This record gives sequence, structure tokens and C-alpha cells, in this order.
Amino acid sequence: MTVAMPKPDATVLARRADIVAALKRIVPGEGVIASEEAMRPYESDGLTAYRELPMVVVLREKTEQVSAVLASCHRERVKVVPRGAGTSLSGGALPLGDGVLLGMAKFKRIRAIDFENRAAVVEPGVTNLAVSQAVDHAGFYYAPDPSSQIACTIGGNVAENSGGVHCLKYGVTTNNVLGCELVLMNGEVLRLGGRHFDAAGYDLLGVITGSEGLLGVITEVTVRILKKPESARAALIGFTASEDAGECVACIIGAGIIPGGMEMMDRPAIKAAEEFVHAGYPLDVEALLIVELDGPRAEVDHLLDRVQDIARSCGAVTCRASNSEDERLLFWAGRKAAFPAVGRISPDYYCMDGTIPRAQLPLVLRRMQEMSVKYELRVANVFHAGDGNLHPLILYDANKPGELERAEQFGADILRLCVEVGGVLTGEHGVGVEKRDLMPAMFSEDDLNQQQQLKCAFDENGLLNPGKVFPTLHRCAELGRMHVHAGQMPFPDLPRF
Amino acid sequence: MTETLKPRDGAEVEQAIKWAVAGGKTLEIVGRGSKRRIGRAAQWDMTLDLSGLSAVTLYEPAELVLSAKAGTPLAEIETLLAANGQELAFEPMDYGPLLGGAAGAATIGGVLSSNLSGPRRIKAGAARDHFLGVSAVSGRGETFKSGGRVVKNVTGYDLCKLLAGSWGTLAAMTDVTVKTLPRAETEQTILVLGLDDAAVGELMTAVMGSFADASAAAHVPAAPALRIAETAAAGDAVTAFRLEGVVPSVAHRKAVLEGVAARYGSIGTLDEASSRAFWRAVRDVAPFAASGSAGARDLWRISTAPSHGAEIGRALIQQAAAETLYDWAGGLVWAALPPSDDAGAPLVRSTVASKGGHATLIRAPAAVRAAVDVFEPEAPALAALSKRVRESFDPRGVLNPGRMWAGV
Repeated sequence: MTVAMPKPDATVLARRADIVAALKRIVPGEGVIASEEAMRPYESDGLTAYRELPMVVVLREKTEQVSAVLASCHRERVKVVPRGAGTSLSGGALPLGDGVLLGMAKFKRIRAIDFENRAAVVEPGVTNLAVSQAVDHAGFYYAPDPSSQIACTIGGNVAENSGGVHCLKYGVTTNNVLGCELVLMNGEVLRLGGRHFDAAGYDLLGVITGSEGLLGVITEVTVRILKKPESARAALIGFTASEDAGECVACIIGAGIIPGGMEMMDRPAIKAAEEFVHAGYPLDVEALLIVELDGPRAEVDHLLDRVQDIARSCGAVTCRASNSEDERLLFWAGRKAAFPAVGRISPDYYCMDGTIPRAQLPLVLRRMQEMSVKYELRVANVFHAGDGNLHPLILYDANKPGELERAEQFGADILRLCVEVGGVLTGEHGVGVEKRDLMPAMFSEDDLNQQQQLKCAFDENGLLNPGKVFPTLHRCAELGRMHVHAGQMPFPDLPRF
Repeated sequence: MTETLKPRDGAEVEQAIKWAVAGGKTLEIVGRGSKRRIGRAAQWDMTLDLSGLSAVTLYEPAELVLSAKAGTPLAEIETLLAANGQELAFEPMDYGPLLGGAAGAATIGGVLSSNLSGPRRIKAGAARDHFLGVSAVSGRGETFKSGGRVVKNVTGYDLCKLLAGSWGTLAAMTDVTVKTLPRAETEQTILVLGLDDAAVGELMTAVMGSFADASAAAHVPAAPALRIAETAAAGDAVTAFRLEGVVPSVAHRKAVLEGVAARYGSIGTLDEASSRAFWRAVRDVAPFAASGSAGARDLWRISTAPSHGAEIGRALIQQAAAETLYDWAGGLVWAALPPSDDAGAPLVRSTVASKGGHATLIRAPAAVRAAVDVFEPEAPALAALSKRVRESFDPRGVLNPGRMWAGV
């Protein structure tokens, strides 16, 4: 708990009864939850180290009600935190003690499936996996597949720009969304995009995606659906040095091959996963790659042969290609269970999410080992090797005094290292509360000011999800002040024509 | 003639914009000017020419990333990528010949500012999807950056998306980073000849829902098909699908595609070299080039749901004697209308509004572009938000004011 949230506003809390009554007029019945006991399930999201009871919870399933709730909160200057399924790993849906928690998970109808235009129109509370299931009978699917896909909602995916294991080839959420309906903090309802490509004017959909619930509340999403690949095969490749595994990844891409998935695990992660699911992973290697090719069988077989040749030339000590669908799924079973597997060997673990230029991997792993010694905490690594997205899992015990704090400091050091080597603070989990105070490691004051100016264009009073993403809250008027130095000489040596 | 400022680096761009802010001047932002005639016709006090910011500053093929100064010629980048077996997968079109200019004059900054793409848009996305990082100077004269050099990044708002397609009205980009991808080992194009609208729609849906995995799908009616060297001999409309990939994959998918298409019409094939040339012509809308027989026509670019492209095209053909060409499996309609005082804007706007999507007037005389909206007008609440977004970057309206919408 090293990140401090804004102090609840006593004047708002004093009006709580009136605010709840006003919300009940908009949302009759059970949609407004105000008792402490009933609000308890909403006190945190997937980042459970942070907890806070909201002032009141509102569950909505119609755009007009969302619009009326936001307009009312806008008038009354009450803060609002939107929430999908609450699976955020960065505290994006952490409630505010003086704010309304707006739950969107009941909003879960699939409104239209349009195979002719390869699009699906869904409400924000539909789960990621449910979109794929709804179009599966026709051989289609929705490509981004975050590991929480059984539970996480499409609205939350848009807010966080979620990724998954297949995004090197198929892109992340922002590359797979065509349109949305958006409610602004003042209650205005806007439609962005549709079933066509690209924005007519500014690409507001592009900036809403990944805005972590700070710019508007999404009430409908139109996603692209893709034809499912005809076949898929995977190879399991082991190396005695992570440098060799990194080299192999570079050589595969250098050979012009973009695998459907390319995952790496380090020795502690391999060991934990193998002991948990018995996927047949080799235990005498430092790094294990899972490389999956998908497409027509002729293409998959052809490329898998090339991948295996490359792996051997890069010093692979084990190399197995899947020969059946069961075997392919077994290769993945260990990777997919890596987090719970690590959960079995440690009372708690803290999942990090930085991205680095791939070539920096050996250096980053080495430095992480040094940090592990310094903080006296173990670390296991799973890595979306194709796109450089690292997920170090820091093992700690919350019941031992000081361990959570050490884990957080260790995590912060890893993320600073990611930035130092040319990467970024977060690849797919979002900044939220968790990485908020690290933002200056990556962005200058002018960088952050420009982002906050944009926030002002959507939410002039800073009522939507404040305390997330930006380390310092500014008033819009103060941000908007321009420093103009009149009468300045026009740069004497600039070429003019 | 307007005075031109030609900065040599990002610091000078910042200096120039600061000076313009202080002096209440407006600036036209240009790279090498290949798309200068797109947009509302407006007047600016001075031109800020970014072509002096030209160099590839980082290229790591194995990391699939390239950084360049914004004024770097696209041709230079494409040559460098090709030498490494890579490309910009979004296949940026070249507006030069369409607007009466030279081919190959685009800059990477211009490509991103206008969110260009080509036939591969349906599979690989547009410029926005490959735009990883930027450094730019806002209309307040402040240098800011967004994004980075890695593909997977959700740190802060994705300002690259906003700058893509903002036509220089939010900030002057100085440095950009894009994703590069391997070029396909080979390609082939399957042509289906002489189809009518109804059959085209049905075939497009069937192919795009099959395992053929086409990386481009276009329909070129008979008249424009005669103006493309690779299809002129057919003497009829062509519906074309491109297959890219490794040799065994393309061979397999060709059989899949022919299986789907056989019952629709007679089939032809373009080999690798002809296929490349054909899709370049579709990408650049060569049949409507300024130097050709449709060169005097006003040209609209319409993005709609793929199943609506043919209906929109038909309405414009019947009611305004348009010539049309369809890319993106029917979702991109190029419509060339006989010259008129309003470029047929009321008809185009109402037709597109009834089907969903947006239309941009790409080519028309300056007087027409001053009289009608060039970009799709936005509904009031959305227009107000766009204006506030613009002001959050450029509160005094220094950068390209009026280019996208009057008063913005």
C-alpha cells in the first residue's frame, strides 16, 4: 500500500444520503447498493493489496440510466469509478470512498452478429470469451485473449486495451475494435466508429481504448471477428541459457516468421508449472520456448520445420513438435497454469507487466536476479517473447512483516529497469493505481500535462476515475494556462524562404 | 506566396511554434506537400516545412521496429525495409498522382498524419495500428512524447492514435516510431471476371469467411479495369483477391479460393510480379489519376461496412454518373463524380449517412473545397468534443486551423 489515494471529500460524504436517494430515483429497485455488507465484494479488483469501500454501488444495464447517473454525478460533483468484472491487475477499478462505483457487468447482451461484415456488437459486460463462443458455430472468433478471458468483460478490455498470447500476429484490443457507444461524464452519449474502418475525424475510439476508464463509460462495443485458423501446432524448445532462447526468438522473426504465439518461461516458472500440471516440460533447461504456428496445415507444417531448424542452430537442447491437438494443448497447459502454479509454491505472488525491446532480455533477467538477492525474494518469469512483454512473478508472504513492501519495491525496480532499457512500464495490465507514481520514470512533466489536458476535454471537473494513471491531480484551468512570451525574436538562424 | 520556415530539428520546430503562438500567427504544417491539396481550402500566415527533419534514426529488423524523423521520405524507408525483407504492412497509398503531383513524394510524418493505408488494411490494419511512438510539438509550443518503441504498451493515453489522421491540426510531429513486418515470401492474385454487383457481394462474403485468408479483396468495374495494365486485356469487370505467404500456403489457399469462386465466373491468375503491379494500381487508385480520363472528376473516398459498398456505389452511379472502384472487400468506395460546384456533396453525404460510414472529398478544385465540407460532418455532441480535443493540444488554433472543419 505505498500509493496514496486522494483523501475523500468530507463535503461529499456529508451529502451521502441525498446522493443515494437521487441515484435511487434514477435506478429504482436493486440497482443501488448502499449497505456496507453488500458493497464489500466491490472493495477491490484483481490488485487485492488495495481495498476501499465505495460510497455507493450502482449496477446498470441501460445506456439511458448510465447517462442519467453520470449527468447527476456531474451536477453534484460526485466522483465515479467504472467497473467491469473487476479483474484489473493494476487497481483500475479500485473504488473511492467518496465516489460512486458504477458496475457494468450486468450489461451483457450480444446485440448483433454480422458475419457479412465480420463484426459483433456487444454490451460492455459481455465476457471476452463469450464473444468468441457466440460466433464459434460459424468458425469465427474474437482474437485478443487475455488470460482472464473467462471472466473479464469487453468493456474492461477496451478500457485497458487488453492483450493476450496471440497479439504479435493478431493485435491487441485497439486493433480489433471497430466502434463503441460512449457516455461522457456530463451524460452525453456519443457513437464512435461503426462497422466500417477508421475514424471520420479524430480517432477518439483509438484514444478511448486503453484510457483506463478516465475519459468515458463504454456502453456498447463493436468488435471485429476473424475466421478461426484452419489448424495449429506448437513446438516446445528448451535452452541451457536464456541468451540462446532470446537469440532463437530474434532468428525466427528475422526469418520472416510471425508465430501465432511465442512464449518463454524461466527455470523457476518451468519447475512450478511442471510440478503442477505435468506437461512434460524439461527440467534441466534455463529457458523454455513455446512457439505456435497457425493457419492452413501445409503452411503450419512447413513453418514448424523451419522453426525447429532455427532452434537447433541456436543451440536448443530439446525440441518437440506437437503431433496432435491434445499434445498441443498439453504444451500450453503448463504455460496457462503458470500463475496458479507459482501460487502453489508461495503464499502470495505479485505479477508485474513491463515491456522491453526483446534483445535486452538477457540483461534484464540478470539484473532481476541481482534484485532478487537484494530484496531476498524469489522471482519467476513468464514472457510473451514475441512482443517483449515480461511478467515477472515476485514471490512473497503477506503475513511476514515488510514482505509486501519489499515485493512492491522490487516490482518498481523492475519496471524502472524496463524503461531504462528502452521499454515501458506496462504492456497490458494498465497503470491504474499500481504504477501511477512511476509514470515520471517514463514521462516528462510536459508529456503528462498534454495527457491531462486531453482528459480535461472529456471530463472538465476530473470526476471520472480520479487518482488513477496520473501521479498528480491538476485542475483543468491551471493546466490550460498558457505561458506566452510576447515579443520574442523569431529564431535568427532558422532557414526561411 | 506564403513565407516558409524550415526547421532543422525538433528544437527549431518548438521555437517556430512558440514564435507563432506569441505573434498570433497560423501555420500550415507540411512534409513534402504530396497531400497538400487534401482538406478544406484555407489560408495560413506561414508554412512550417518539416522536410528538413529527415533521417532514419533506428532500425532493428529482428525487433520489428523503425524510428525516423517525421520528414523522412517514405520511399527511403520502404527501400531500406525491402533490403531487409520487410515492409510497412499497412501498405500506405501514394496520393501524388491522384492529386496531380509526382509519385513517391510522401514523408513518413505525412503518412501517419493522414492515417494512410492500402488494400492490406483488411488484414493488417491502417497506419494507426503500426504507429508505436511519437515526439511532437503541440500548438502550445510544448514538446511531448507518447508511446514508445515496443508493440505492447498501455502506459498512458495512446496519443499516437489521435495524431494519426489528425492532418497536422493537433501537433507537429518531429520523430516517429513504427512497427515493421516481414514481407510475404510470395503472392498471387486470383481474378474473377465479369460479375454484377449482387454476385460480387456474395462472393466477397464467401471468400472473406473462408480459409483463403485473402490479404486484399477489390472489385474494379469494367471502365477502370481497362485503365490498369494487368486487367485491361480482360475487357470486363474484375473481382480480385490477393494471397500472400509461404509457397505451400499460397498454393493451398489458391485451391480453397478457386473452390469458392468457381461457380461465380471465369477465373484468371496474376503471377507475383503482375499481382504486385495490380495492387499498387488499386492502392493508388490509378484509374482515377489526375493525368487520366477521369482526372477532372471530383473524387470521394468512402469508408463503410463492406456489405454496403456496392449499394452506395450504385446510388452514386445512377444519380450522379459516378465511376467507382471498390477495395477492402467492398468497404472502401472510391467514387469519381463529374465536376460540379458542390462535388455532389449533398447526394454523397445523404447516401453514406443512410448506410453508415464516412466520406472524404479527396480531390476537387479549391473553390469547391472552400464551399463544402471535405471531412464528414460530426453530430453536435461529437463535434463539440472534437473541438475540445483540438483545443487541448492547440488552444489558440495555430496549427492548420480550418483544414479539417471550419472554425476548428
